[in-house]
Amino acid sequence: MAFYVVQFLTGLASAASLFLVASGLSIIFGVTRIVNFAHGAFYMIGAYIAFTLTERLSGAFGFWGSIVLAALAVALIGVLVEMVLLRRIYHAPELFQLLATFGLTLMVEDLVVLIWGPDDLVGRRAPGFKGAVDFFGQNIPSYDLFLIVLGPVVLGVLWLLFQRTRWGVLVRAATQDRDMVAALGVNQKWLFTSVFAVGVFLAALGGALQIPRDAVHHAMDLRIIVEVFVVVVIGGLGSIVGAFVAAVLVSELNAFGILIFPKISIILVFLVMAVVLIVRPWGLFGKPEAAARKTPGLTVNPWRPLTSNERLASLAALVVAAMLPLFAGNYALTVGSEIAIFVIFAVSLHFLMSVGGLASFGHAAYFGLGAYGVAFLAKMAGLPMIVCLLLGPLLGCMGAAVFGFFAVQLSGVYFAMLTLAFAQIVWSIAFQWVSVTGGDNGILGVWPSSWAASPSHFYWLALGVAALVTIALRAMVFSPFGYALRSTRDSLLRSEAIGINAKRIQWTAFVIAGTTAGIGGALFAYLKGSVFPDNLGISLSVDALVMVLLGGVETVSGAVIGAIVYKALNIWLVSQTDLSKLVLGGFIVLIVVVFPKGIVGMLEMLAQRRRKSSPPGSPLLAKPIESAE
Amino acid sequence: MRARNYFVGAAFALLAGGMAQSALAQDIKIGEINSYSLLPAFTEPYRKGWQLAVEEVNAAGGINGKKLVVISKDDGGKPADAQTAANELVSSEGVAMLAGTFLSNIGLAVSDFANQKKVFFLAAEPLTDAITWSKGNKYTFRLRPSNYMQAAMLVEAAAKLPAKRWATIAPNYEYGQSAVAVFKKLMSEKRPDIQWVDEQWPPQGKIDAGPVVQAVAAANPEAILNVTFGADLVKLVREGNTRGLFKGREVVSFLTGEPEYLDPLKDETPEGWIVTGYPWYSIKTPEHDAFLKAYQAKYNDYPRLGSIVGYQTIKSAAAILAKAGSSDPEKLIAAAEGLSVPSPFGEITFRKIDHQSTLGAYVGKTALKDGKGVMVDSSYKKGSDYLPGDAEVEKLRPKD
Repeated sequence: MAFYVVQFLTGLASAASLFLVASGLSIIFGVTRIVNFAHGAFYMIGAYIAFTLTERLSGAFGFWGSIVLAALAVALIGVLVEMVLLRRIYHAPELFQLLATFGLTLMVEDLVVLIWGPDDLVGRRAPGFKGAVDFFGQNIPSYDLFLIVLGPVVLGVLWLLFQRTRWGVLVRAATQDRDMVAALGVNQKWLFTSVFAVGVFLAALGGALQIPRDAVHHAMDLRIIVEVFVVVVIGGLGSIVGAFVAAVLVSELNAFGILIFPKISIILVFLVMAVVLIVRPWGLFGKPEAAARKTPGLTVNPWRPLTSNERLASLAALVVAAMLPLFAGNYALTVGSEIAIFVIFAVSLHFLMSVGGLASFGHAAYFGLGAYGVAFLAKMAGLPMIVCLLLGPLLGCMGAAVFGFFAVQLSGVYFAMLTLAFAQIVWSIAFQWVSVTGGDNGILGVWPSSWAASPSHFYWLALGVAALVTIALRAMVFSPFGYALRSTRDSLLRSEAIGINAKRIQWTAFVIAGTTAGIGGALFAYLKGSVFPDNLGISLSVDALVMVLLGGVETVSGAVIGAIVYKALNIWLVSQTDLSKLVLGGFIVLIVVVFPKGIVGMLEMLAQRRRKSSPPGSPLLAKPIESAE
Repeated sequence: MRARNYFVGAAFALLAGGMAQSALAQDIKIGEINSYSLLPAFTEPYRKGWQLAVEEVNAAGGINGKKLVVISKDDGGKPADAQTAANELVSSEGVAMLAGTFLSNIGLAVSDFANQKKVFFLAAEPLTDAITWSKGNKYTFRLRPSNYMQAAMLVEAAAKLPAKRWATIAPNYEYGQSAVAVFKKLMSEKRPDIQWVDEQWPPQGKIDAGPVVQAVAAANPEAILNVTFGADLVKLVREGNTRGLFKGREVVSFLTGEPEYLDPLKDETPEGWIVTGYPWYSIKTPEHDAFLKAYQAKYNDYPRLGSIVGYQTIKSAAAILAKAGSSDPEKLIAAAEGLSVPSPFGEITFRKIDHQSTLGAYVGKTALKDGKGVMVDSSYKKGSDYLPGDAEVEKLRPKD
């Protein structure tokens, strides 16, 4: 019995550290709607700074002072980031801020190694909390008890802050309806900055408090960020109590789950999230999101098919690209193939995100399923390449059909997180089912048949498929189906009122996007000759998001350019420097500031402006549309 | 508009390709790949190790009079990126062979690439048994003692312990799984009387150490096998110390004696664990003394195990290239098979039968000295003594 009590307390201690970080993320999201990918980075910097300070300052006061000081210092960095970077892009399309914080995260991962060195750092134990307390023969670390108390204390302080102060009232009001708060004359700038500072403070405090239990190292951020997101979503976005309950739920399920299924930890949080979201689409304590006032369709130039001149130009560019094998070497061709494959992947997500308004955080699942489909067919059934390429993506199609059915019942960030949960479940199956998938050692030897083996032939194949896929998806955008899909994106109510079955349309779009991603994955398997769980992993899903956002989420085909720029730059940087993450992150941040609508979005805007400036009076024409928002 | 931008990509690729052509044709180039940005704690000393080796090889006249150049690439910890790097090294840099890699899945991905493109590959650090056995191929050789060899070394010591009830803690991925499987198999062969009472599989890099420690303690084992390393190990040790998990229990642990993993533990180092590792401070052989002196003189730092691996990878590669006198992969294979080369741990041989080197490891016990973790009572275990018989290896490895 004593054992179960202690296991429960241990779970509570884990929950407390999770809650600290999660509460910060939840507050930031609730008010600013920023999906703050850099939250893990702030957590990590908090730990690093606290490590340095605790090594310098001695004694009990020195230790606890260092923890608080570190959190304050990081909060200051947070304020700086908010004022210099995020403030510029609040008006950018939703999720664009994700791109900025992703860029920051990349930079921080390299920076901490540059500043603190590559070794894992182990900090001091907390003065007064070094030992353990005996509980019927079981030891409970006293630091765990400290954390168990701290969690509810922080929850209480936050509750008081939100319920009993004017600032808290404003924050809650902004969480519910920030446009209305702005309309009532509240200075949003400072509200956002202060909220961001509090959120970052909590993240850094969470990191600093890990010093006595953890090692400080440069991958801490990735370890926590996804988990924290999941906790926030299970609890319900913007709900502090929800985050607390979710943290306890997840930690306790883990503490007791490993007694029965020792391998459960790897997937537990995602399973819980998938179940919760299917049963309660807004998390345990969340409320349905208020309908967005800004419909994305109105903020952009109306979409139109290419003019015949533009078609000719595209065709000419395709011909030029197809001539690459005449003057480029094998390496350039292989890189070209890889870029073409990522164009397929990016346009498939773009179709779902831009046309359907459904941002998936787990799109790599269908890319990877396509790759595994090919690997199974080629290695187990021994089918020829052409058959594998045709049938392999069907696995992506099937996955998308099953998961898409559940996912399209949700919207917004909840949709995104459910797709992430499904992707992680697929990933863990690939990772765990060693006898079929080979686990993380993957499936090797999936090489192309001789007709496609030479780099130039494979390049033509990949380029051809990429061109076909892009044209097909573009054609679909301007088909009746595309119009229906766009109507569900712009106004669900109105589209349903005119008789469009929104869920079915969205589901179909999900399956189309998943299958297309599967085609990319199938080619990728042959390009690399092997398939790994990596091909379904979070980082690949994030890559796809970045490509779409970089190109411009409000454009018809921006993802093509986003994919080319991001992938080419990534490959080139990784090859040229060990600090590729720093440079790439810096580049992304720069793009975000200079091109807040993405590269293509910005080019289109410039072109539009030039067109508008010629016939006088046209700005007036544009005005009624804007005021209709 | 869409396709126009392929041209941008093409121009980019050309640029990258063009820059590579500038190296001198007389040099002999080795293409080296490792997870520099993902695992700097291990790969920084590794890089220092191979840089020292390159310097020494060239100071001694290079390879048959030609200068040795190592072109190094980062794989970011992703198999797909490692293949891109391998392709660049082979296709545009024109390297004579590939070398390096740390993670097992990356080692396997590059080995499969080498097999497909018919390029010689010397895997430096991946531990998986598959790379020389179940997924072995004729183009791939491996330097470090494999999972199986390290398990066999540990079992030799572990079987002498009186403990009968064993629990295991291992990261939940191929390395952890196969380390536990081999250890269990060899152990049960030697000691049919032991029981396996609990196993814990925390996700790699994400251990929630408190519940894991508690769960293992609840099974009340007499001895524990640990396979976690890095930050996970730190958390496990800290929780285990506080909760008294290791008190009165024997612990056998993979890799923990390597300075990369032992040093961060500082004064929390648990005492009396049986570990494999690299006690650079207590090895007193002329070969190692020479290496240690050169390393410390160049870097003013002590070597980690990664330094040995990096150093020996390039030294072995240079010996293979020198013996083959050509960069033809078939000649390189012929030269490498059965080749004996000196190393800081004494002479090692690349076995003809499975392309595994006989580099060994040190087995000893952990201890605390001046607030730091050290390995004591350590002895060198030759790799050749811990590999299965030829008949068994032939069954494990597919025919070329």
